[in-house]
Amino acid sequence: MTAIDFSQKTVEMINVVKKFGDFVANDGINLTVHKGEVHALLGENGAGKTTLVNCLYGLYHPTAGTIRINGRELNVTDPNVAIQNGIGMVHQHFMLVEPFTVTQNIILGRETTKLMGILDLSAAEKKVAEISERYGLAINPRDKIEDISVGSQQRVEILKALYRGAEILILDEPTAVLTPPEIQELVMIIRNLTQEGKSIIIITHKLHEIKQVADYCTIIRRGKYIDTVEVDTVTEQELASMMVGREVSFAVEKKPQKRGPKILTIDNLVVEDNRGIQALKGLSLELHKGEILGVAGVDGNGQSELIEALTGLRTVRSGKILLHNKEITGALPKQIIDGYNIRTIPEDRQKRGLVLEFDVAENLVLETYHKKPFSWRGVLNHPEIYQYADDSAKEFDIRPANPYLTAKSLSGGNQQKVIIAREVGNDPEVLIASQPTRGLDVGAIEYVHAALVEQRDRGKAVLLVSFELDEVINVSDRIAVIFEGKIVGTMAAEGVDENEIGLMMAGGTS
Amino acid sequence: MTLDAAALKKKFLSGSIGLTLISIFLGFALGAIVLLAAGFNPLEAYWVILKGIFSRPKYVSYVIIYATPLIITGLSVAFALRTGLFNIGAEGQYIVGAIVAAAAGYFFKLPLILHVIVAVGLAIIAAALWGGLAGYIKARFGVHEVISTIMLNWIALYLSNFVVTLQAFGKQGTGKTYAIQSTARINLLSDWKISEAGIEFIRSHKMLGDVLKSPINVGFIFAILLAVLVWYVLNKTTLGYELRAVGFNPHAAEAGGINVKRSMVVSMLFAGGLAGAAGAFQVLGVSHRIAKLAAMEGYGFDGIAVSLIGNNTGAGSVFAGLLFGALKYGGSKIQDAMQAPTEVISIMIGIIILFVAMPNLIRLILTIKANRASN
Ligand SMILES: Nc1ncnc2c1ncn2[C@@H]1O[C@H](COP(=O)(O)OP(=O)(O)O)[C@@H](O)[C@H]1O
Ligand SMILES: [Mg+2]
Repeated sequence: MTAIDFSQKTVEMINVVKKFGDFVANDGINLTVHKGEVHALLGENGAGKTTLVNCLYGLYHPTAGTIRINGRELNVTDPNVAIQNGIGMVHQHFMLVEPFTVTQNIILGRETTKLMGILDLSAAEKKVAEISERYGLAINPRDKIEDISVGSQQRVEILKALYRGAEILILDEPTAVLTPPEIQELVMIIRNLTQEGKSIIIITHKLHEIKQVADYCTIIRRGKYIDTVEVDTVTEQELASMMVGREVSFAVEKKPQKRGPKILTIDNLVVEDNRGIQALKGLSLELHKGEILGVAGVDGNGQSELIEALTGLRTVRSGKILLHNKEITGALPKQIIDGYNIRTIPEDRQKRGLVLEFDVAENLVLETYHKKPFSWRGVLNHPEIYQYADDSAKEFDIRPANPYLTAKSLSGGNQQKVIIAREVGNDPEVLIASQPTRGLDVGAIEYVHAALVEQRDRGKAVLLVSFELDEVINVSDRIAVIFEGKIVGTMAAEGVDENEIGLMMAGGTS
Repeated sequence: MTLDAAALKKKFLSGSIGLTLISIFLGFALGAIVLLAAGFNPLEAYWVILKGIFSRPKYVSYVIIYATPLIITGLSVAFALRTGLFNIGAEGQYIVGAIVAAAAGYFFKLPLILHVIVAVGLAIIAAALWGGLAGYIKARFGVHEVISTIMLNWIALYLSNFVVTLQAFGKQGTGKTYAIQSTARINLLSDWKISEAGIEFIRSHKMLGDVLKSPINVGFIFAILLAVLVWYVLNKTTLGYELRAVGFNPHAAEAGGINVKRSMVVSMLFAGGLAGAAGAFQVLGVSHRIAKLAAMEGYGFDGIAVSLIGNNTGAGSVFAGLLFGALKYGGSKIQDAMQAPTEVISIMIGIIILFVAMPNLIRLILTIKANRASN
């Protein structure tokens, strides 16, 4: 973090305003980045971070304000202008062609050709390998995108930007999709980049990451510029308060547990994944009323298949699921939701959780539209549905509180609130929460955790599946560690040894 | 106030209605170029078409008659599409509806209104099953509905041609079936029209008389009612909610407890029933029989275009069906008046569809223009 050259301002955004219709997504934002600096953008979901960097990258046009690149005022009309001026961007959602190789993806759109328009792939491959080597990206130029991990795909996006000559690299929530070891690799890569004089703008919600990699941090709250701080001079707590606009507590507040009788039993469950390979190999678990049972583990050890089996979306090969000692194995989703009152906050909220084209109200009744008062004899009662949505939006702090907006137009955190409002609002006996805080900011995380704890305090059972060990330890009463389709250990969360769990998650024995 | 108007204009242009109208305009513009290239005066041609549509009440009446089956097959395609299914099979379902309506209209001896109800009802049921079969095959075996409905279209076509050859049903040597009973017809005042009083009326009343010269029938009213029904089912009922949820995101619908496979079957049942109704009204109101078909008539395929132009909604299908009917009927007149090829009309329709299907292109054109204007 000594590489900053304060004499060279690579990016200056001055008083940038961006309106969508009447809605002001960016309201006078200032951002200055120097050569060799890592600058973090911090803000809650929907604060306007992506909008701001999209303005810089030419995807949006600022309604007002000035952008200077390397001291020269620039009208970034489209991404090509940005790229020509040395700006590169890695989007939240990657833009790669799956069946193509790394190199093919990187040169897409600017292929170097030999005589007569024949693709000169080997020259490109060489250059790709060179860049990968130089910044420690560990990318094989000939690998196919579909064969490499999400973390590698992200590094391909970084490589693509560098290949195009990026001096200023924008990373929009790069860590949201990464596993902890991948995050550490990314941190190393960022260091390598700044050593070489690149400037980095990184968007993240995770405060400890900001503390770890960023030199400066600009905080945006609901589209407004709050402050730019030198990261070393502030605590995580202070950053969080600036971002949310109030004091935030990191510790999950829990009353002493009142553990009730056993409610859900999973006995020797065997389930296959999409490729027909056993993902659960005889998994057993017990869940009690009034407890939060956290399933800790690294992604890909059978968590998704466990959730899908429990929610009736995946066939159980053998083994049993019992609710109150009554077998419910093989029940249909509708039965599980309506009959057994088991509700789920799904892992992938855009795929399983929401109908993005439906409005908020329609999404809120996805499991209850066929019941009174939302419908009667097959006819929907729209006034009731929208009244309910209005109330839910207020109760669950969905912003903006407009039930007519499509789910697509909400930020990730508010999309998650819609799902929580639906699942928790229906007062479930068992609540299954899979990765419920993935991609959310601290304010929203606090909210989600409080919702889970409230369920538990009301004597309901909660099964929490998360890849974030901190989350599992902080929220749960009991922890079960999943590894290669089995539970390899169960323990009380209080006073647990983090290293011990980490070891079990990695397949070591304790 | 002016600001509001500007905002309104912007909304209109970026909304689907605006885009559709621009596409239609572009269709006419490019159609003009084609006419010009073929050596015809496009203004004259369009004037002929316009006159051919509006200059006599009879013409307007014909446009409505042309439009009726197209509106209904458009509704059929739109309905399936809202559930995420592409009903190429409207053609075959239409044929099945027509066969059953013709058979019920000819073989049954029933009182006036009841006969119509029975014939239409049976036609809808048969076509619904025909469409539902494709939905079932998809739900049960995962066969894509485009494949199965194309096959079902051909089966329907040959079934129809076979039925025409039957002793009891087909008038031997004519390639047609016997005409349906008069009790099964839905034409307005058809008996009275050829009575002495009727002939006298037509002669003395210019407007109404002219309309009565066309085979005016109540099919159009049913088409409107069906459009309202489609809108109502899709937007106001739990069934429509389920179907739309499946259409937008089957994964989330499934997780929410909606039976996705059942929805596919139900949607195709509905779509089939609608296309079948189109066939039935055409037989009961216009052709009164079915004839041997050398090729598909295209009512179902045109329904795809109607649905697309109508943005897959009930009201949109009515509008697009009327546009289509008008172009088909009015367009046929440039042949006689100018010896210009009617294919130009097909090209125009094709261009309109192309642009409607590419809203982003039009948006792009609009934003480039807007940027130019603001710079
Ligand atoms: N293209 C758009 N049209 C309308 N509203 C938008 C658009 N893009 C973003 N928004 C709105 O602007 C706000 C900021 O969004 P975004 O910049 O994506 O937030 P962040 O990246 O900080 O989570 C949100 O309320 C979002 O709904
Ligand atoms: Mg964002």
